Amino acid sequence: MRRVAITHVAQSSGAESRESLMDFTYQINREILDKAGLKREDVGCIIAGSADIFHSGLSCANAFDWDGIGAFLKEGSRAEESAMSFIYGCMRILSGHYDTVLVTALVKGSENPDNDPITSFYGDPFYLRPVGINESVVAAMQMRQYMERYKVTEEQCAKVAVKNLANALFNPYADRKRRVSLKDVMSSERVYDPLKALECAPKSDGVVSVLLASESRAKKLTKKPVWFAGYGCSMDHFNPGDRDLLNGQLKTAAAAAYKMAGVRDPKKKIDVAEVCEPYAFQELLWCEQLGFCGEGGGGKLIDSGATQMDGALPVNPSGGVLATNPYPARGLYRIAEAALQIKGEAGEHQVGKKVKTALAHSTHGFGGQCHSVVILSA
Amino acid sequence: MAKEYRTIRNDVALPYQWALGKTWPRFFDGLKEEKIRGTKCADCGRVYVPARTFCPVCFTDMTQWVDVKPEGKIVTWTLVREKYYGQVKEPPYVVALIKLDGADCGFSHFIGGFDLSDAKQVRQKLKTGAKVKAVWSPEKKADIHDIVCFAPVK
Repeated sequence: MRRVAITHVAQSSGAESRESLMDFTYQINREILDKAGLKREDVGCIIAGSADIFHSGLSCANAFDWDGIGAFLKEGSRAEESAMSFIYGCMRILSGHYDTVLVTALVKGSENPDNDPITSFYGDPFYLRPVGINESVVAAMQMRQYMERYKVTEEQCAKVAVKNLANALFNPYADRKRRVSLKDVMSSERVYDPLKALECAPKSDGVVSVLLASESRAKKLTKKPVWFAGYGCSMDHFNPGDRDLLNGQLKTAAAAAYKMAGVRDPKKKIDVAEVCEPYAFQELLWCEQLGFCGEGGGGKLIDSGATQMDGALPVNPSGGVLATNPYPARGLYRIAEAALQIKGEAGEHQVGKKVKTALAHSTHGFGGQCHSVVILSA
Repeated sequence: MAKEYRTIRNDVALPYQWALGKTWPRFFDGLKEEKIRGTKCADCGRVYVPARTFCPVCFTDMTQWVDVKPEGKIVTWTLVREKYYGQVKEPPYVVALIKLDGADCGFSHFIGGFDLSDAKQVRQKLKTGAKVKAVWSPEKKADIHDIVCFAPVK
């Protein structure tokens, strides 16, 4: 099989930008082309990750997105979940049709309504929406079940926010920059009891681009190619009541990614993970399902310090989604951050240990209806 | 809210008209008669509420209709205290997954019928597995609001 590498990465800050959406997009794509020493014309194919109406106020948003990305006069396509736009881009190279693909995800959360009204529209208009279901509501119900079934404590869940926001202080691209104590998180407003305000992700701006290249091309473009090693994705039922919210599809997605990448023991093999945790406790639950600890062991995992920046398996050294939540782009941000860790170019949030294999995860839908797992290697 | 830089406000309101198909109206008409109608899968035997046309696990037709009880047990819940644009009702309110007696899946609805202003008291009152019963609206329109909420029973 052909190999695909990430050769370059560019990302904007997650903080509110006063640039117009198209200019904001253009700046990052100009930056990545300059980094790679490429002209727009040199890129084979372009894939976007962006969302319609609710996350932009635009219909068929790619029509607007193409110009800022530099995709005009080229083959392009789009996925609303940016981890899927990444795999789409990889496939265009794996198929042998292109040697370079630029994948860009973008959103200006600061321009859009809050996430709760937006995610209320995930629900159908005659059953779930009228009974108040949205992403935060389902996450809160999931959190209560998680704590009750496995005796994970509220403090253990809150510790994720403490850790990730501390990490974000060292990420120049992070949106929410604030050192918080366990007490700060525990005493923040119980917005969706038992979920607290500081355990819920903010709403961020963000443009992130990764340049993908075939093996021969990648070796010419960079000294440090980051290889695409594995991918898995799986969807659960739409209706939260039809599922066990604590036993979703992440295990399935992870198993597929690990199999493809030849990862037998993720706990040993994965050096760093960028996990999509719009709600603090979800990092613990996802870590279990990624095989970083046993079922119900998420609370002990955070207590052990293993997932700290200097731990045995650092999780979200970038600060994760709790620090920066450019909703449809957050999956590609995880992938870009994982690639930077392998390149050793994460700056002040570079983890202490040597990174050979990194995991990036993305999720969307009520309580993690859909999960994608990407494995990258040096 | 006014920002420090120039913006243009754009509100989007568009009318959509969703078809309910055959199964949803029969479920909603049941609510009008104070009945909660589900469907049973001939392959796996699971009973789903609201009623479905096909089993979401077996992916086969479901044709057997069964009424489930308008009461059941709390699977999980959240007390919503956050306010947001276009919210379905004024917080505080409780959203829950309820396993209705005779059903094999969770039913999403509100829990109410008591004072929700003190979060601590709500936490004491609402335990997983606690029994709740449907509170019917006196005026029914054959929609999900024909059930006002589920209220705890002793």
